Amino acid sequence: MTIFNDIGRYLLMIRGMFTRPENHKMYWKEFIHQCTEIGFGSLGIVAIISVFIGAVSTIQTAYQLVSPLIPPSTIAQIVRDTVILEFAPTLVCIVLAGVAGSRIASELGNMRVSEQIDALEIMGVNTKTYLILPKIAAALLMIPLLVIIAMALGIWGGRLAGTMAGILSGNIYDKGLLEYFVPYNVIFALIKAYVFSFIISSIPAFYGYYVKGGALEIGRASTKAVVVSCILILFADYILSALLL
Amino acid sequence: MIEVKNIKKSFDGRVVIEEVSAQMKAGQCNLIIGASGSGKTVLQKCIVGLFEPDSGEVLYSGQDFTSMKGEEKTAIRKEIGMLFQGSALFDSLNVEENIMFPLSMFTHDPLKKKLDRVNEVLNRVNLDGVNKKFPAELSGGMKKRVALARAIVLNPKYLFCDEPNSGLDPQTSLVIDKLIKEITIEFNMTTVVNTHDMNSVMEIGDYILYMYQGRKEWEGSKRDIIFSKNERLNSFIFASEFLQDAKDMRMLEETGQIPNHRNMDAIIGKGAPPPGLGQQ
Repeated sequence: MTIFNDIGRYLLMIRGMFTRPENHKMYWKEFIHQCTEIGFGSLGIVAIISVFIGAVSTIQTAYQLVSPLIPPSTIAQIVRDTVILEFAPTLVCIVLAGVAGSRIASELGNMRVSEQIDALEIMGVNTKTYLILPKIAAALLMIPLLVIIAMALGIWGGRLAGTMAGILSGNIYDKGLLEYFVPYNVIFALIKAYVFSFIISSIPAFYGYYVKGGALEIGRASTKAVVVSCILILFADYILSALLL
Repeated sequence: MIEVKNIKKSFDGRVVIEEVSAQMKAGQCNLIIGASGSGKTVLQKCIVGLFEPDSGEVLYSGQDFTSMKGEEKTAIRKEIGMLFQGSALFDSLNVEENIMFPLSMFTHDPLKKKLDRVNEVLNRVNLDGVNKKFPAELSGGMKKRVALARAIVLNPKYLFCDEPNSGLDPQTSLVIDKLIKEITIEFNMTTVVNTHDMNSVMEIGDYILYMYQGRKEWEGSKRDIIFSKNERLNSFIFASEFLQDAKDMRMLEETGQIPNHRNMDAIIGKGAPPPGLGQQ
């Protein structure tokens, strides 16, 4: 029954976020702060992961394509589509669930146990609107941007690895990137990015906001938030792929 | 004035507050005292609206707070300041930003005016020159004073303090107590303090509500405590022999006799009563 209770409280939390802000300037400031934390705070790890994912994809694809009948430019096509369809949105978002999700859960959890959320409530601030809405809005703006950056860096990483390892030349790789390109794949990846962004921000916010206890419980809430977010991302990935591809 | 009428609160079927009523007057320090687990924090949280009571009413200047919704409730909350047990300062903001937060959220004053007000309240709590420090850089007593400054920055009509002396040394506790008392009188606020600190009770308590196992066991002034025959109150307040001696000395001073049959010569020989007990 706990799961139904949690789902109910989660939905009430989402509904509770939509109230009129007490002061738009303060909410805007918080939104920008969250954009910086979620976007720029995760840029480094996203860049590193994306480049290596692209590089490894190129090497492993070349390793499996042994037939002389398949042109080398196919490697670029496979890397492009794999990075755009799966690696950039899904893998990057799973990493972001760990990076941004645990930060959101622990920040809100710490605010809850140290009575900072109560202090805001006493002042007359709607804490769900002030603390959770800017985080979700910032995630919805910044995470798809990170995914686009991850796509570009992943494809570039594949090119770098391909040329450095002598698998294929840069020109052939570039030619392969343009062959059979389906723009819908990018739209599909962005739809996934938006759904995952909502999961990455709202699930940790829920676990952090309703934490009870002390430091130990904050740690547990963060871990649970990341685990549940990852499972939901994978589940949503399957559903979206089945529905939209 | 805050009026509490038959407040009842339970958690998972366990009754924590049972039919508590009280009147807390303006310009007074109203103390809720009791042992740990007696329900004083839950009662205070019911009064400020952090918990919703199962039944009963909380009236702020005659307006029923418990039945209010939305903006009506927010309007009352803007008149409430609260000092939390752990200070509840925002970790990511410095002292100035912490105190300025309610001003920035609820007023459209220019920055200069807000800064002037921040400095004014910081000066009021005797804490100048710490504007740019972060909460982690402050001592426990300083954190409480910053939290008190934040609580009063919007000139609230009602001030709530949850265990304002917890974790503080006796001398700093007295400073905080005196500040609360002075601010209450100066701004004619209705102040409600949760405490189990004996010094606070005798120092600032104008009206005292003693909670025992979720019920109101006793109420009265600090002078009434000295003459109270309530055994639970006496064993809670005058827990140590030293405090019992102090109480008896005070009774001796006021009435020339003590109700029990203790040997006053032996008591007087032990020394002076603790601060607050020997003065009105």
